[in-house]
Amino acid sequence: MKSFLSNFLLTLVLALVFSLLLPWWSIMLAAFLSGAIVRLRKASAFVVPFLAIAVFWIVYAWLLSSANDFILAEKIAVLLPLGGNAVLLILVTGIVGGLAAGIAGLFGNQCRALFSQSDQ
Amino acid sequence: MKQFKFILSLLFSVAIFYGLNTKFGSIPPIGKFLNPYTGIWQNERSTEDFKDLSQLDGLTSPVNVHYDEALIPHVFAQNDLDLYRAQGYITAQHRLWQLEFQTRASAGRLSEVVGSDAIRFDRGQRRKGMVFGAENALEKMKEIPELVKNLEAYRDGINSYISSLSPADYPLEYKLLDYSPEPWTLKKTALLLMYMTDMLAGGDSDLKYTNFLKKYGKERFDLFFPDFYDVNDPVIPSERDWSDFGEVSSPDIPGGDSPIAYVSGLLPKPHPDNGSNNWAVGPEKSYSGNAILANDPHLGLNLPSIWYAMQLATPEKNTFGVTLPGAAGIVIGFNNDISWGVTNATRDVKDWYKIQFKDKSRNEYLHNDQWKATTKKIEEIGIRGEKTFYDTVVYTHHGPVTYDASFTDNEELVGYAMKWAGHLGGNNQQTLLELNKAKNYEEYEAALTHFVAPAQNFIFSSADGDIALWIQGKFPNKWEGQGKFLLDGNNPAHDWQGFIPQEHNAHVKNPERGFVSSANQHPTDESYPYYVFNDGYEAYRNRVINDFFRSKEKFDIQDFKDLHNNNYNLKAAELLPHMIQNLDIAQLNPEEEMLLGEVGAWDYYNEIDKKGATIWERWWIQIRNMVWDELAKDENDMPYPFAYQTIYLLKNNPNDKFMDILETPEIETASDLFLLSFKKAAADIKSWKDRNGDYAWGEYKSTYVGHLLQALPALSRFNLPIGGNSGIVNATSQNHGPSWRMIVEMSDPPKAFGIYPGGQSGNPGSKYYDDFIDKWAAGEYLEILFMQDESSKDGIMFTQTLTPKQ
Repeated sequence: MKSFLSNFLLTLVLALVFSLLLPWWSIMLAAFLSGAIVRLRKASAFVVPFLAIAVFWIVYAWLLSSANDFILAEKIAVLLPLGGNAVLLILVTGIVGGLAAGIAGLFGNQCRALFSQSDQ
Repeated sequence: MKQFKFILSLLFSVAIFYGLNTKFGSIPPIGKFLNPYTGIWQNERSTEDFKDLSQLDGLTSPVNVHYDEALIPHVFAQNDLDLYRAQGYITAQHRLWQLEFQTRASAGRLSEVVGSDAIRFDRGQRRKGMVFGAENALEKMKEIPELVKNLEAYRDGINSYISSLSPADYPLEYKLLDYSPEPWTLKKTALLLMYMTDMLAGGDSDLKYTNFLKKYGKERFDLFFPDFYDVNDPVIPSERDWSDFGEVSSPDIPGGDSPIAYVSGLLPKPHPDNGSNNWAVGPEKSYSGNAILANDPHLGLNLPSIWYAMQLATPEKNTFGVTLPGAAGIVIGFNNDISWGVTNATRDVKDWYKIQFKDKSRNEYLHNDQWKATTKKIEEIGIRGEKTFYDTVVYTHHGPVTYDASFTDNEELVGYAMKWAGHLGGNNQQTLLELNKAKNYEEYEAALTHFVAPAQNFIFSSADGDIALWIQGKFPNKWEGQGKFLLDGNNPAHDWQGFIPQEHNAHVKNPERGFVSSANQHPTDESYPYYVFNDGYEAYRNRVINDFFRSKEKFDIQDFKDLHNNNYNLKAAELLPHMIQNLDIAQLNPEEEMLLGEVGAWDYYNEIDKKGATIWERWWIQIRNMVWDELAKDENDMPYPFAYQTIYLLKNNPNDKFMDILETPEIETASDLFLLSFKKAAADIKSWKDRNGDYAWGEYKSTYVGHLLQALPALSRFNLPIGGNSGIVNATSQNHGPSWRMIVEMSDPPKAFGIYPGGQSGNPGSKYYDDFIDKWAAGEYLEILFMQDESSKDGIMFTQTLTPKQ
């Protein structure tokens, strides 16, 4: 449980920092690094960074969009197409970020496994 | 096992990175696009980040930009250079993507952004010589060093804004199409002006006319495409006599034949409804004794709007109006002394020459029976994701050979070269900057002299009480009939022989009738001493406007508003009673009879709730299609006679051979067509009704304002409740209409009203993106805040200050 929380928080903190400096894949880098640092087992290696970034992106997208009455979100949700549903677009945003982070987190874990023999 | 998992997760990571970072077809790179730090969520804001612009490079003094509640900036600078630098900066801040996209389109560089779908378009732009024309204009602009400095300041202002951006700040469309803005140049300003020139003076029917002439002969041609209609209420009133011009000379009609050939595969023409209205009343016809002026240019209805409203003030001048993003100064507007506006002064200023090449190399062509050298321009068309496409465009002394074997299916040794006023190189930009500060009629007159193309009806009114209208452009002085059809590229007498002297351009100042107006109709009557021709002139809006101003003594601002929004359909009034009278009612079924009753009771106003208007419009389209089915079905590109002449023929030549429908064994007459077209229109309306319900005109027409990217539904506005149609003073058709409505009374200070179908922000995420549209559709106006100085901030939302770099 403790490693869940540390991975979650570390992913979040790294993502916050990297996002200021790097393009969108900053969240992959964050998840990769925290996966390599904090070891997680089985599905949680994917799920924890997934949740961390999904929450992160959902909250931030929500903050930006709600401050502007969701004007653009509703339009993009027509374009993509999500029936003009802004909430759905925010969820999709979270899932997209989460997927990228989850997979990068898995990869981080596997790197750690490969290079640190002592773990096994 | 460990290795396997490692490799698998590596592959997944790479795959998801690639998948989310790459554009697939029209789907943007979804990771880039959706991430909240640099993606679209950063565009979810209604006022762009008005950062404290404390470091604007090159500024000499601080510039205050006061935004009113419509987000219109009121710019106060200490000198011209600071003013235009600020204009560039502010325009880019609100309209960067559009600014760049329009000049890319003008230069034929869309394939770089959207890929191979745009190649044909890009080749067309290059072959029309858009860049050639822009380069010539740039040379002309460089003759005035002060102008160059102003344009450089404008350019640097735009570029200061661009270089302040990180990818997160890019306008939405860059993220959607996944590319970045590039620096602005003076040439881009010239390209923007060419974009307007092509839109307004890029049309001609010479080659289609030639196709028609070859097939049907001269007599038929003259009947269908007359130089003058049997009614004419010209821009310059007939009371104008031209004796002040003295003796004028025009070239004689040369001997020798003109080439007669079928030419097809022609490039698309600009929208036929590109046009405008303007009018002004002098003091004696004004309720207050102040001149009042109005203008409404009719263009495609797009988002972001083609216009951007601004006030531009220095201690020497103070001007309000609309700007074109990419050009310095105000295009249509007013200052404390004068107001001005434009409508398109259509005239045939694009001619075609049949070129004989010596051999396949196309290095030489025949002119005056001698082989002369061509020049060649190799056009590089970059295509996103593909190899560059190269297109060689051959130039003769006439101009670019637009159509040749490499572009259309011509014979190998034949080409068609374009001679176009748009290539002459003018200094429209100088005209605008001079108008911005003009104080009286003389300064207005002097400002116009630089203006070459697209020729415009420049309407004018002043605080002194003058009203005037100049038809300004650079017009070839043609021999009668020159350039109506394909010309002989070998015959030097077919070359343009010179130009109408600028001071002989048709104009009128303070006419006796007390008003001036224009609506794309014939510029003059037949007494004007030069040959004037165009492929059709508008014949309805002008008569409604002029009749209105003849109808009473005094006019006020409400009258002007009413006229802008006038939906009277003169075309229908002139044909519909005749159609109904000559219709064989016995042939109608009950449902058709009901529709006939509705259209018969209609009052000829295209208001949104009128079903009669829908029935008429459908009926008109069907009858027009039936009359001209021969032309539509022809294997060559054929011209269509204009509405006025079509109606003339239906009424006066009901048994003309063209009335026959080719597909039927019977020989139809106009009356037969009235019945058949009515039945067809009734069927159209029935099927529309089954699908959509009510067929009142507003719903049926369903006007929309479409985003510049093919009217992407997410970024466009649909089903706007607005009446009117093409040919009506309120010229709003489905996606075309009044793109800026302005009314100015030259009181002290001037009182003005304006509106355009869009919003000041180019950002679809902003509430200012489309906030004028509903008002515009309802026929309402913004009351213009024309700040006289900065002491009062009434009506100002917030102020942005640009300060020089220390």
